[in-house]
Amino acid sequence: MLRKKECVAMLLAGGQGSRLYALTSNIAKPAVSFGAKYRIIDFPLSNCINSGIDTVGVLTQYQPLVLNEYVGNGQPWDLDRTFGGVHILSPYEAKTDTSWYKGTANAIYQNIRFMKMYDPEYVLILSGDHIYKMDYDKMLAAHKEAKADCTIACMEVPLKEASRFGILNTNPDGTIYEFEEKPANPKSNLASMGIYIFTASKLFKYLELDEADPASEKDFGKNVLPAMLKAGEKMFSYRFEGYWKDVGTISSLLEANMDLLGVVPNFELRDEKRVIHSRSPLAPPAFVEGEVLNSIIATGCEIEGKIVNSVIGTNCVIEKGAEVNDCVLMGDIVVKKGAKLNYAIIDEEVTVCENAAVGSVKSEACKVEGKTNGITVLGRGITVGKNAKVAAGDIVDKNVLGGK
Amino acid sequence: MASTVGVIFSSLNEEYVPELTKVRSIGSIPYGGRYRLVDFALSNMVNSGITTVGMITKNNYQSLMDHLGSGKNWDLARKEGGLILLPPYSDESETLYNNRLEALKGTMSFLKKAKEDFVVLADSDAVYKLDYSKLIDYHIKKNADITMAYHEHEIKAVHQYLTFGTDKTGRITGIEINNTPVGKCTNNYINLMVARTSFLIRLIQSAIQNGHKSFAKDILCAGVNSLKMYAYKYEGYYANIDSLSAYFKANADLLKKDVRNEIFGDRDIYTKINDSAPAKLTETAKVKNSLISDGCLIEGTVENSILFRGVKIGKGSTVKNCVIMSENIVGENCNLAYVVSDKDSVIRDNRVLAGCEQQPYFINKGSLI
Repeated sequence: MLRKKECVAMLLAGGQGSRLYALTSNIAKPAVSFGAKYRIIDFPLSNCINSGIDTVGVLTQYQPLVLNEYVGNGQPWDLDRTFGGVHILSPYEAKTDTSWYKGTANAIYQNIRFMKMYDPEYVLILSGDHIYKMDYDKMLAAHKEAKADCTIACMEVPLKEASRFGILNTNPDGTIYEFEEKPANPKSNLASMGIYIFTASKLFKYLELDEADPASEKDFGKNVLPAMLKAGEKMFSYRFEGYWKDVGTISSLLEANMDLLGVVPNFELRDEKRVIHSRSPLAPPAFVEGEVLNSIIATGCEIEGKIVNSVIGTNCVIEKGAEVNDCVLMGDIVVKKGAKLNYAIIDEEVTVCENAAVGSVKSEACKVEGKTNGITVLGRGITVGKNAKVAAGDIVDKNVLGGK
Repeated sequence: MASTVGVIFSSLNEEYVPELTKVRSIGSIPYGGRYRLVDFALSNMVNSGITTVGMITKNNYQSLMDHLGSGKNWDLARKEGGLILLPPYSDESETLYNNRLEALKGTMSFLKKAKEDFVVLADSDAVYKLDYSKLIDYHIKKNADITMAYHEHEIKAVHQYLTFGTDKTGRITGIEINNTPVGKCTNNYINLMVARTSFLIRLIQSAIQNGHKSFAKDILCAGVNSLKMYAYKYEGYYANIDSLSAYFKANADLLKKDVRNEIFGDRDIYTKINDSAPAKLTETAKVKNSLISDGCLIEGTVENSILFRGVKIGKGSTVKNCVIMSENIVGENCNLAYVVSDKDSVIRDNRVLAGCEQQPYFINKGSLI
């Protein structure tokens, strides 16, 4: 029997996601709910299986419990395999040199033995905080065609935003001659998407070199990729056209959720060819009695209130007289009679009691300055008491007492 | 719970809903937006701690197999036991079974292999939620040979039914077949029974040797005095799918909060998982008192209806008191009332279709209207 996989994917899922504030207090960023019934990690995992990659290592470190339980044996993504499949890779104790993952490159380095079990020709490196649909198989074909040592997926971004990304400067044939991490004065608008394919032998070689370099920050973008370029390895850019969004901030997370709305949405989930798989809950269909406009609703909801321009997750209860506008509700949320929610992201298992007011209407909240640009955030499991008020732009991770 | 094996008849009583069983067995009739009828008996078993279930199939079981797969959605993909399909012709018989007794004959090798002490036999033509372990505890407490579950409801006289009388202890003193006036409320056997596995095997073997043909008549009715048969009363929600209008009503019942809570609350009803995108309601959508499943795209008006997965309702269309099964496409400016539309149908723009509660307008699977 052939005990070998052509391409193994390594998914970096260990980051804290500190710019999501209360949403990642207790769970890793890839486990954050998205689009009513998904979690962020569903997107890279589904992309893998839809691209024919059935061996995925998920590197976890920060608050991994929800993520581990969610990924489980990988069955929802057809990644429960006798050879290969999905594996959670957490930091481990070794005979010498026990350590946490110190950076993206070090995390992959510490799992070289995992990759070598599958004797791969290529390794695909992925991030766990992007929303997109991509055929990695096409990228792999381009990598092989170019006989590249490393291929970096990239897309054009507006030039004024380019300084937030790793920027690729390329020759007309697509080869990369310069890699700049978050440059102040970008020379191009080709941004790295944090998706790399390496020829496995080169990856192992440069990871070992990087590990031996005490000055290195053990980061792909800052250290490994520049080192490979400097050594003259063949670095190739792969252009991606389509929807891709980094959901690392509160406003980008809200925006990406809103991109699902509309008859012709910016990002289409209703796609029979590239289905996004998820660990679907066993709830009955949504019961809808109230007014629901331009919104998406997951199973198990009981909706008697009014919902406009919102994303409503699994098993939410919106009582009569409650109003939800421009919000993302993640799941198992109860909004009681007369409560009003505006321009907010509400994490799982939150209860908003009678006549409470959370956030301000979008047009006003947008003017509020602060970490979240006026979006109100309620953290997991909290209760907002009767008649309580939560101001626009507040980030709340403790119960809010009732008002008068 | 005492160790128990389950047997489900997925194909009995199909003749009463010919519209829906033309393309499938009765157990795989879609119900309630995302379920199949068999999910109820099967989930009841799993929720009662039964981990070995034999599924008796007949003809037309492709759709059932597609639904059940390996049984993993019911946690029944197991090394020990799990879900075991019992297709026809699996014993030496050369013909398809025609009745319950012949169907049971086909389970003999399965039952003989079973290590469990008790066996529960259930049909898959009804929606209900019953913890079978209570039934089994009752059976053990009464030291019965057979315990039969019943539900009190009105006789509709559409097909064979069993009613029985009991003494004070709950022991069955008489069984009648089709002998109660229509409209009368009575104790109706719900085709759910429990017996000791070894006892059931002996009972069936001797019935076959004696050339008996009817389980109800030759075993149950004939055994009233010789067997210790007890009746167990089930008092929860029960809907027998024995006509198209009964099917319609059982779906509409889910629009009542108390029925929804009883059937879906507390313990899960397991079913095949399908990764459809969440339901989408657009700016022109008006939805009232309806169940909306994943994958729906609603631009029109929907009232008092059950929409299964992936249903599209176009702009300007009105859908009232309907059951629309998965992947139906309803065009623009249609008007539908009391329609039961089977899977994968397309209703073109401007169509007006109407039935009534007693006789819903039925659209065959895959139709173009």
